Amino acid sequence: MTEEQIWALLESVPDPEVPVLSVVDLGVVRGVSTSLRRTKQSDLSDSQEVTITITPTYSGCPAMDMISMGIRMALIEAGIKNVQIVQQLSPAWTTDWMSEAGKQKLKEYGIAPPLSNTIVDELFGEDHKIQCPQCNSMNTELVSQFGSTSCKALYRCLDCKEPFDYFKCHR
Amino acid sequence: MTNIAIHTDTQTALCDYVLHLADTNLILGQRICEWCGHGPILEQDIALSNIGLDLLGQTRSLYQYAAALLGEGKTEDDLAFLRSERQFKNLLLSEQPNGDFGYTIVRQFLYEAYQQLLLEELKKSSNEQLAAIAEKSLIETNYHYKWSAEWVIRLGDGTEESKNRIQKSINEIWTYSGEMFIPTADEQLLTSIGIIPDLASLKDAWMQKVTAVFAEATLNVPEEMYMQRGGKTGVHTEHLGYMLAEMQYLQRQYPGQTW
Repeated sequence: MTEEQIWALLESVPDPEVPVLSVVDLGVVRGVSTSLRRTKQSDLSDSQEVTITITPTYSGCPAMDMISMGIRMALIEAGIKNVQIVQQLSPAWTTDWMSEAGKQKLKEYGIAPPLSNTIVDELFGEDHKIQCPQCNSMNTELVSQFGSTSCKALYRCLDCKEPFDYFKCHR
Repeated sequence: MTNIAIHTDTQTALCDYVLHLADTNLILGQRICEWCGHGPILEQDIALSNIGLDLLGQTRSLYQYAAALLGEGKTEDDLAFLRSERQFKNLLLSEQPNGDFGYTIVRQFLYEAYQQLLLEELKKSSNEQLAAIAEKSLIETNYHYKWSAEWVIRLGDGTEESKNRIQKSINEIWTYSGEMFIPTADEQLLTSIGIIPDLASLKDAWMQKVTAVFAEATLNVPEEMYMQRGGKTGVHTEHLGYMLAEMQYLQRQYPGQTW
């Protein structure tokens, strides 16, 4: 398999928390490289070894182990047995790496996608207005900076009255 | 020979320092997770557990690094579950019992204000792994700082009851806040070779932050007092042993047990 084919394959590996997003949409996959090597003397031909570099979203995100496993399984099913998964911390993951397609999928799923900036250094600083993913109203308010998972904040729409998750800007 | 000796000392000091950072986060994370199901309102209960989870995640990166430095097949779990009280190097601040919500908030705020300053400097460490962990952790810490500082202001500038209670908490916990800025011999060694910042130099910036938030919260900064120390070198208050007994029970009773 070529590196392009592996990238395409990874687009089918979902994020376990937000299954509409693939690990590629999420920006968790930082690199794919392949090499050929003979693992045992008795092997008749070289087998392909694939190294996938991933970066955690939040340090404590419990989904990271599932993501590693999902990637490994997808590659094994595609016939690649030698899979190395390497974790890389720097540069630190940011929501800027989320694909545009991913942001659109999030919105359709009912989660407001991350904005490209945040006001975290100002106490009581209201974040930029977040659009309600249900009715598109901008008339919304923050309920809690910490939501159902590390990556989300809880909002409510003051027009359609629906509560919704906002995928926090992380940078 | 001299070179080897210096190298070994540095390696030991580095490992102890990484353990100190990890232990502090682990113990504080464990403490605030004790709030799970007991928070004053649902959103704040969730916030506390979320912050605890971030701290535990940062702890894992640090323990994994410490385990790699130690070698001998050590794992992150060995470091969390199979060391005794005198081997833990966490700040005394982190092991203090939760008290009421206000006490928990003050403890968190004093620590996160320090973390922000420390991580900003550790990002520039000559040690790449520490710098990478700091870079990652800082983004999370910024949210923790904002959350805890806002709560200090809400409670301080809230009702008479909330103001009195949080001021009392500040006065009680203050004696544990000095340890952060008193370097151990190991820390002095690491500062001299550019791995960690000079801790004493962070104190002014920390005091400025804390004073500004307390002023907005109409709270008083306590007068200078004797500062407790010892956590970094394994001498703890009476509270840590009980925490470890609960936290480590399963691995001690059933060594190697897994889910």
